[in-house]
Amino acid sequence: MNETPLIPAGVKRCSKWQFSLWMAVVTAVLLWGVYAMYLIWYKGLNQTNMNDAYGFALWIWADLAVIALGGGAFFSGFLTYIVGKNELKNIINLAVVIGFICYSSALLILAIDIGQPLRGWFIFWHANVHSMLTEVAFCLSCYFAVLTIEFIPLILENPKLDKKPFWHHLSHNMHGIMAIFAATGVFLSFFHQGSLGGVAGVLYGRPFAFREHIFIWPFTFFLFTWSAAAYGPCFTILVTKITEMITRKKLVKDSAIHLFAKISGWMIITYIIAKSIDTIYWAFVTAPGMGFTLMDFYASSTYNIGLLFAEIVICGFIPGLILITKRGRENSFLLMSAIILGVIGVSLNRWVMVLQVMAVPVFSFNEWYTYMPSWQEVATTVLPVAYGLIVISLAHRYLPVFPQEKELNPID
Amino acid sequence: MFPFCFEWAWDISHLVFMGGLWYALSIIGAGMTFAIVKTIFDCSGGHDNQDHGHH
Repeated sequence: MNETPLIPAGVKRCSKWQFSLWMAVVTAVLLWGVYAMYLIWYKGLNQTNMNDAYGFALWIWADLAVIALGGGAFFSGFLTYIVGKNELKNIINLAVVIGFICYSSALLILAIDIGQPLRGWFIFWHANVHSMLTEVAFCLSCYFAVLTIEFIPLILENPKLDKKPFWHHLSHNMHGIMAIFAATGVFLSFFHQGSLGGVAGVLYGRPFAFREHIFIWPFTFFLFTWSAAAYGPCFTILVTKITEMITRKKLVKDSAIHLFAKISGWMIITYIIAKSIDTIYWAFVTAPGMGFTLMDFYASSTYNIGLLFAEIVICGFIPGLILITKRGRENSFLLMSAIILGVIGVSLNRWVMVLQVMAVPVFSFNEWYTYMPSWQEVATTVLPVAYGLIVISLAHRYLPVFPQEKELNPID
Repeated sequence: MFPFCFEWAWDISHLVFMGGLWYALSIIGAGMTFAIVKTIFDCSGGHDNQDHGHH
């Protein structure tokens, strides 16, 4: 099949056999995950190592991590369409693709996690209106619809589709009202990112997670939204840089990357200051009030105080300080280090707020809980990664994801 | 869940949760309906030139 008409004009792509080989490798990994998913749906949750004592496991961490990393989509939409940072239009397409992948992955993980996906609609029809997770499910589903709507115009810009007047006009008209969808996405993201943090913060039976409240919202509600907006852009920049490395092409001008990195840096610094204040108050007021000292929560060889230091200092203050300084942003090594630390930092935060919460002993007769995921859990966690690689590869090959690509890489 | 379901109660929790869901779905639905209807008008009105850019 001649695929030239499908590839955007004026850009160069790798040969068909190279692309097919790459897709075959990634698809093999994907199929491994699909097989594990089939086992879980067919045989049940006994295929995992979760139990009544440890009900939040690897999946829930992966779920929270991809939702935080996908935060670059709503935050770039907010900055571009509402604040008016037009420079970010050069990177927003990729942010939307990443957001689409992250949120579809999150929904897939939830579909696996509920064990009986045929009853997934119960959460909408028989909603428990006292649960933060109900709000998360509502917002997650609606925001995925918004991301799909934001992704459609990009798909319709494929040269073959763009020739059809209906698709061409639909793409144009959807672009025209994109600000409404972006604003809806910001509204939905604020609440579901926050409620994911709120779930941990209201666990008064688990002093490691419990936090003080502002009205009905625990501090973790605000910290989760803040951290997703702060670290999400790091992941968008990281994927851009990896794509540039693989394709050996400059795809986005430095001005857009540096602006996004600068905003991300200020968000990280303000977030990590708020996080530090929250941690100090929790360590010296909240936890002692419930009969615990700070070191009670870090008395394990796995979960030691180094984790807290890594999250706040190494993956918080350091990347934040690098990204807010002009010299830091313009040095490619420091920029890469900062965005990688940022991505690790937010993933570590979600790990701690899910897995460590379950591992810390609550009663004096409890031991630290050690949990190892089964291979089915690992495979279904790797599944979204393979799926993401496939979607990004197809999007980059057949869609004009990077508006500046032609200008930066002229074909002789 | 709709108000005619047996589980429904006219309390603040149901109004906030379900109201928020319907509100978001209404905006998404209205936005897409507008884009599709306008596209049909554009196509039927003969505005099928493809020179106007998106960005």
